[in-house]
Amino acid sequence: MSLKIVVLAKQVPDTRNVGPDAMTPEGTVNRAALPAVFNPEDLNALEQALRLKEQFPGSTISVLTMGLPKSAEVIREALYRGADQGYVVTDRPLGGADTLATSYTLSQAIKKIGDYDIILGGRQAIDGDTAQVGPQIAEKLGLTQVTYAEEILSLDPEKKKIVVKRHIDGGVETVEAPLPLVVTVNGSAAPCRPRNAKRLMKYKNATIAAERTPEQAEALAPVLEKKPYLNITQWGAADIDADPAQIGKAGSPTNVKAVQNIVFKAKESRTMTGSDDEIDTLIQELLNEKIIG
Amino acid sequence: MNNVFVYCEIEGQTVADVSLELLTKGRKLANTLGVQLECICAGSKLDGVEKQVLPFGVDKVHVFDAEGLFPYTSNPHTALVVNLFNEEKPQICLLGATVIGRDLGPRVSSALFSGLTADCTELEIGDFDMNVKNENGEMEKKHYVNQLYQIRPAFGGNIVATIVNPEHRPQMATVREGVMKKEVLDPNYKGEVIRHDVAKYVPETEYVVKVLDRHIEKAKHNLKGAAIVVAGGYGMGSKEGFDMLFDLAKELHAEVGASRAAVDAGFVDHDRQIGQTGVTVRPKVYIACGISGQIQHIAGMQDAGIIISINSDPNAPINTIADYVINGTVEEVVPKLIKYYKKNSK
Repeated sequence: MSLKIVVLAKQVPDTRNVGPDAMTPEGTVNRAALPAVFNPEDLNALEQALRLKEQFPGSTISVLTMGLPKSAEVIREALYRGADQGYVVTDRPLGGADTLATSYTLSQAIKKIGDYDIILGGRQAIDGDTAQVGPQIAEKLGLTQVTYAEEILSLDPEKKKIVVKRHIDGGVETVEAPLPLVVTVNGSAAPCRPRNAKRLMKYKNATIAAERTPEQAEALAPVLEKKPYLNITQWGAADIDADPAQIGKAGSPTNVKAVQNIVFKAKESRTMTGSDDEIDTLIQELLNEKIIG
Repeated sequence: MNNVFVYCEIEGQTVADVSLELLTKGRKLANTLGVQLECICAGSKLDGVEKQVLPFGVDKVHVFDAEGLFPYTSNPHTALVVNLFNEEKPQICLLGATVIGRDLGPRVSSALFSGLTADCTELEIGDFDMNVKNENGEMEKKHYVNQLYQIRPAFGGNIVATIVNPEHRPQMATVREGVMKKEVLDPNYKGEVIRHDVAKYVPETEYVVKVLDRHIEKAKHNLKGAAIVVAGGYGMGSKEGFDMLFDLAKELHAEVGASRAAVDAGFVDHDRQIGQTGVTVRPKVYIACGISGQIQHIAGMQDAGIIISINSDPNAPINTIADYVINGTVEEVVPKLIKYYKKNSK
């Protein structure tokens, strides 16, 4: 028995390594100062997919992302690590989407991919930390969900059942759920395996149409006949039959009223160098005032 | 109709602290709006559960008591919330930003097409102006009164965003435990209790996920309630670097916390993370060691009584809110704190 697996991936600014230049003097985010990375927990999800593929030979892994044309980078990264094919949903009207419009768009793309047994994605993306898109996709596709998954313990394709260990507040639980379903994978799950050198050679020139100049596209046309895998599927809103009222800004119930770069009200503070005398005095003061005991 | 709702999370028969905190906040929002506060209690064997929530000023308790509703699974709880909301049309719904709230909230918001904001650190009521298309397709300014301002650090905690959902109801938000304060309004507060027929709200076909096994461990530490917190950041350098913080904490009878960067780097367990996406603490003393102080971290500790910042970077943002700034490396300063505490406390 083989499985049809969809993995959701997002390219995100690396908010974990924010330097002092991450904000402009005007208080807006300096995107150029933040490298774009594969959302970490989506890599944990890819690893779970790769393990299923090893367990059920003949399974296929389709990686789906939505974003700017540049987000094809995460598809290539997934292909290097063992995914079979990728889809990039990119279109101007999709911009400005909140989680609900994003989950609608992705659910339409998943319907277009068609047959699926399991949809895996990271629990949340580090640029928003909302953890909303996975469950919202599940709801839109009429599927159940297992969130915060740490490990797929077993999967029975005939009985269409999966057993998953998941994180809960203060502990763990093991649940049994029916296929197909959405599973969002926690960062505590197994890390993703590295790139495979052969696959890197095979896929390093794979692109979506929007990444090619007209000259490159012309030169690539004859190559694609022999190596169709060098074309990563690119879809726009029309390709996935998206309702214009449910995508982008129009499909987003939430509005950003204001964004502020917070300036903390400076307290009157005492600055010291950390010399023995100063620390000794500080500790005595804190003890005398019974602040520490 | 148009009331404020809180989804109460229940472990066994006990309503979670985060839900009681949200009831306190929900009561205030309801007062500002001049509406009632209602809550949902869903689980098994919930006789008398209303006694836990009414003192927080709840006007109406919706109890859903059935076999299958505990332990929590996604579909049945989504079904009962969605079907109840279709009848009650709340204007606001608050949930804990817990594993359960973050599993349930998005599913409900998707089913109702309503906006949901995760991990809010403040909730306020205010007005909002937005340009919308009128019947003739022209843009015109529309004024929305009494909107829920959902305020949260965003973008990795580097900015603070205020979110509103003017056109869709309910306005949904999740909030982490410890962010809002829990306060009993009146131990004898009188509210209505409605025990719903669960089968009317949850079709049998929704019970699709079976919980085979469940382990809840007692928390290994009491970070949330600690009087003194010693917290380390990325500047601690390594897991071993944190050992000296545990040493200092042991001396001071403190708990050890960490910034997100230190947790992401694997220096300490995730359950010690302080900040918007971790624990919120209000200790008497907060000793920040090698923590730069992103908004998302400060959101979780700014109410500390006295803040001591140890940082080799004199321009670290956290220094602006600190009472004592020690410009020095943690490797030098922390052992001195231990040494002089030992010397002076005897």
